[in-house]
Amino acid sequence: MHALHQVLHAFFNPHSFTLALPDVWAGFQVNLRMMFVAEALVLVLALLVAIVRGLPGRGAKPLRALAIAYTDFFRGTPIILVTFIVGFGLPGLQLGFISNRSFTVYGIIALTLVYTAYVSEVFRAGIESVHPSQRSAARSLGLTYAQAMRYVVVPQAIRRVIPPLLNDFVGLQKDTALVSVIGVAEAASLAQQFSTQNGDFASYVVAAVFFILITIPLARFTDHLVAERELRERAQAF
Amino acid sequence: MTDVAGTNGTGSFVEIRGVSKWFGALQVLDDIDLHVEKHDVVCLIGASGSGKSTLLRCLNMLERIEKGDIVVDGQSLTTGKVDVNALRRKIGIVFQAYNLFPHMTVLQNVMLGPRKVRGLSKEHCESVAHDLLRKIGLEEKAHEYPDRLSGGQQQRVAIARALAMEPELMLLDEITSALDPQLVSEVLQLVRGLTEVGMTMIIATHEMGFAREVASKVCFLDGGRILEESTPEQIFTNPTQARTRSFLARVLDAETMA
Repeated sequence: MHALHQVLHAFFNPHSFTLALPDVWAGFQVNLRMMFVAEALVLVLALLVAIVRGLPGRGAKPLRALAIAYTDFFRGTPIILVTFIVGFGLPGLQLGFISNRSFTVYGIIALTLVYTAYVSEVFRAGIESVHPSQRSAARSLGLTYAQAMRYVVVPQAIRRVIPPLLNDFVGLQKDTALVSVIGVAEAASLAQQFSTQNGDFASYVVAAVFFILITIPLARFTDHLVAERELRERAQAF
Repeated sequence: MTDVAGTNGTGSFVEIRGVSKWFGALQVLDDIDLHVEKHDVVCLIGASGSGKSTLLRCLNMLERIEKGDIVVDGQSLTTGKVDVNALRRKIGIVFQAYNLFPHMTVLQNVMLGPRKVRGLSKEHCESVAHDLLRKIGLEEKAHEYPDRLSGGQQQRVAIARALAMEPELMLLDEITSALDPQLVSEVLQLVRGLTEVGMTMIIATHEMGFAREVASKVCFLDGGRILEESTPEQIFTNPTQARTRSFLARVLDAETMA
């Protein structure tokens, strides 16, 4: 009974909850901002990398190689290292436009670099899953390669990869806390400060609840999309 | 080989000269010669794998040929200078599996080519698409997605989509092979209508009765070669080649069994 009481006191002290809430909420707004900016950038850049990687012809070989090298590097490097490289490395370069940004910006850059690599693979799988006959049909109408991609292949690919894409975004959202190691004042780091000052761990629980509260709707939405597609595919196969 | 058109004739709308093609070590087309005049309806018959589809796909450069030459409307496809997209604008192709774009409505499927390739105004494309859908009897489906349509309806839309580009040549690649038997006739009826307005067509088909009815020329393909080329009357009643005879016997036997 004593142990339970200790746990409750250390993690779930209602008084500490109320005290920690404003600070952690302020920090969490930084997390939200990082998520939205990074996710928007990742969507655009990852699609670009995926398209470049699929470009046909010998002329595009250097571009393809570049896309592969990019993906290999950033998928293989732990995100914390990328964060150090960006967060401590870029300021050291003494380049005006990139070296005097806030840690939040460096965090966003690190997240974008890493998740672009992941998500580009998701997009690539989606693009490759569109049956070649769709390209044939598009090209036979006289559409150029770019038009066939733009109007026929990519729209179908995106629809198919939305569930795995959202899954990666859950990861990205949580990793906004990880990139705080370079000094971003976001929910996790503010929770840590509060914990040190207050001597208990309720602030961590508060921060965890914030993260969970935004991932659950996303997870349910993903489930809903998957279920909807299954239903549609079954209806087609009747 | 019997050749009613004459192999040395130049200036045919489509001239296929000594075309060969390999997929790896497998030769799929073997020295094909074929001439198609404007308003001709050429039917390609033969077993699966005899090269019918590949030949059609070579004609609009979905496949490259390794030997020989194809000339469409005076333009050689093998010079490397050919504008592929311009060529494809002249040639409509309809596939066995319809290949409609599943994320677009029927109307958008039909409008895509005219809108993006020919660069016509949205209003014009829409009215052309509606006209075509009316002609194929599917105007009420304009705003449906393809997966809401039967196979026969989808294939009719695929034909309309090709026609929307106002092609000078239509290639039909076994367009009824994937259809339930009761849906075949609505598609064939549509193609029959095209022959009546003088559309130039090359049709790969397993529908022997239909080939006999609409073809101005029938080619029997076997192992990537045109083994026999003649009028439908000649080929179906008095084929000169033993392999043509045995193929027709097998196919017609299967048809009576069904």
